Amino acid sequence: MPKGLLGIEELERSEIEQILERAKVFQPHGGQTFGKVNTCTGRMVVNLFFENSTRTRSSFEIAAKRLGAETMSITASGSSVTKGESLVDTLNTLVAMRPSAIVMRHAASGAPHFLARHLTTPIVNAGDGTHEHPTQALLDARTIMDRCGRLDGLRVAIIGDIAHSRVARSNIHLLAKFGVDIVLCGPPALVPRDLARIATGITIEYDLRRAVQGADVIMMLRVQLERMHEPSMQPGEYFRFYGLRPEHVALANPDAIVMHPGPMNRGREISSEVADSQQSMILNQVENGVSVRMAVLERVLLQ
Amino acid sequence: MKLLIQNGRVICPETGHDAVADVLIEDGRIAGVGPGLPTGGAGVIDAAGLIVAPGFIDIHVHLREPGFEYAETIESGARAAAAGGFTTICCMPNTNPVNDSTTVTSFIVETARRKAPISVFPIGAITKGSQGEELASIASMVAAGAVAISDDGRPVMNARVIRRAMETARALDIPLIEHCEDLNLSAGGDMHESVDSIRLGLRGIPSASEDVMVARDIILAELTGARYHVAHISTKNAVAMVAFAKQRGLHVTSEATPHHIALDTGAMKPYDSNYKMKPPLRCTHDVNACIDGIVSGAIDCLATDHAPHAGDDKMQEFEKCPFGITGLETALGISLEVLVHSGKISLPRLIALYTSQPARIMGWKDAEARGALKPGYVGDVTIFHPEYPWVYDVKKSESKSSNTPFNGRTFHGGPIMTIVNGQVVWRAPGF
Repeated sequence: MPKGLLGIEELERSEIEQILERAKVFQPHGGQTFGKVNTCTGRMVVNLFFENSTRTRSSFEIAAKRLGAETMSITASGSSVTKGESLVDTLNTLVAMRPSAIVMRHAASGAPHFLARHLTTPIVNAGDGTHEHPTQALLDARTIMDRCGRLDGLRVAIIGDIAHSRVARSNIHLLAKFGVDIVLCGPPALVPRDLARIATGITIEYDLRRAVQGADVIMMLRVQLERMHEPSMQPGEYFRFYGLRPEHVALANPDAIVMHPGPMNRGREISSEVADSQQSMILNQVENGVSVRMAVLERVLLQ
Repeated sequence: MKLLIQNGRVICPETGHDAVADVLIEDGRIAGVGPGLPTGGAGVIDAAGLIVAPGFIDIHVHLREPGFEYAETIESGARAAAAGGFTTICCMPNTNPVNDSTTVTSFIVETARRKAPISVFPIGAITKGSQGEELASIASMVAAGAVAISDDGRPVMNARVIRRAMETARALDIPLIEHCEDLNLSAGGDMHESVDSIRLGLRGIPSASEDVMVARDIILAELTGARYHVAHISTKNAVAMVAFAKQRGLHVTSEATPHHIALDTGAMKPYDSNYKMKPPLRCTHDVNACIDGIVSGAIDCLATDHAPHAGDDKMQEFEKCPFGITGLETALGISLEVLVHSGKISLPRLIALYTSQPARIMGWKDAEARGALKPGYVGDVTIFHPEYPWVYDVKKSESKSSNTPFNGRTFHGGPIMTIVNGQVVWRAPGF
């Protein structure tokens, strides 16, 4: 059965390296657009988004088109889900139309894993609930390597609502496979202590200044207001204690980079000075999103 | 009408009998136990090489009728129980409508009398609609046949309400059974709070959510003198607190389910709803504490919490799936494996967990006396093999639902014949 990409946790380090290598080949030069490689002509990719997304969906769409594959995007609001159809029935209906792969985002953790057990079409996870967002971690790794030249031995601080972040989980798994020194930081209600045990090399820190001390990479997470069902911290207090400002970046390594998966809330988790600084890699991440997703889709489509 | 069960190893924990003997059932009642009883016109069953025990009792079952007949009916659930060796079951009130009135209680009693091959006793709701606010018509339900009260699945969060319910239960001399879960602590949780829940991105149900309510209830049980029973106990602290309450002489009892002693969080297949239940599968130290609690007596009996859900309901995103798994047909196989074959407890002790012990908790008397092979007791007998290998095939289940993590599992030992009021109501294929 053809394999999709459900998460980083189950990938081998060598598989990750292959994807990142291939993504480098797809990176555009200078001000050019992505080259059209047409390795996947005749393939059909369905983007099935049960949650709103602008950047991930368009990134997957562009990636598929650059590979020469055809794409179709479906959003939940326009689908039969709102008419009460079950997830399995929706997917079975799509599978009967014989797409080559399904790119899926869903608000429930494990939704693509559950479907993968019942379907033969490979599924690429574009974010499942509070579980994983594998292509985000891959594009983040590509971005770090572009700038730092390596992953091994780096110190990466991940700041924010770790408990509810699929971006954080995928990044933690990926970075741990490369022996990265990972520091997780955020309000205690959003950074449970057991997080330190989901992979190797993790420390937990509740003080932002200590977390970013000597960091090579500072990854900010979006404050997810829609997931704030835990009593944690007043929004005003959040920026005071966990909002990234220039004085924090000054504590990191001199050539440290700042990342954010977007969309960012300026003045909530990150100050504009930092977001717009030279050290900010936010737009590089978006660009790498396309090349990494080309590599992932190609790998899935050409097996 | 006479039935003679010959030459089995007759084990009755209540009387202490454990020897090869015959059991005679006459007019639906146990008439005698002993070697070489005269046949005297009785139907004869040869139980040589088999265990002959009092009929098994499961005090925690969900039958889904009225309201969810597509998942289970009183008849299908009772048939599944018979296939699991059970002769008596007690059904929880979370039907639709909730069993909070004589209307529903009587409906269950009447339907069971007409359609169920075994004895079915309803458990009434503690509060109206199991909403946790106003007490249900408890005395009337008891008069109509309810044997206990519980808002299983919907823990009573208001301590004052549970106090009044305990006072009522005490006056009626029935047990109050609590599903212990502080809903604020467990809010939105789908599995045990642990490294695994964090890894899988699922919200956790902490052990503390159970512990907090067990602690509260034990304090209130002392205040009211009620017979208080903890349903499906699953945490180390809860077991310790029940043991402490017993030491202090309180009328506190508890049950464990077969799945909570057989499986821990690590046994879960990720996002497979056949592993989703409340309480959730806990950590290894909780599982071991439950097994130790059975050995020590802190846990009084086993109960399945048989919770059938139709396939469609369980074929969804994990967080959308309802809680619960079926359990009647696998209970004996699992408990033999975890408790007896492992050397934790003896066979007579296991039988006590399914017979005399649950009977003591519910307190059946006089014409309803059961759970032992004593003359005059109801003529219910469970015959089982303690070792033969068999594979559980959910496709052949008597239940209307198939939500179990044990499909395809090989067990060593299981039910052979189920006898209710002197009538054989189920026998294993080939016997």
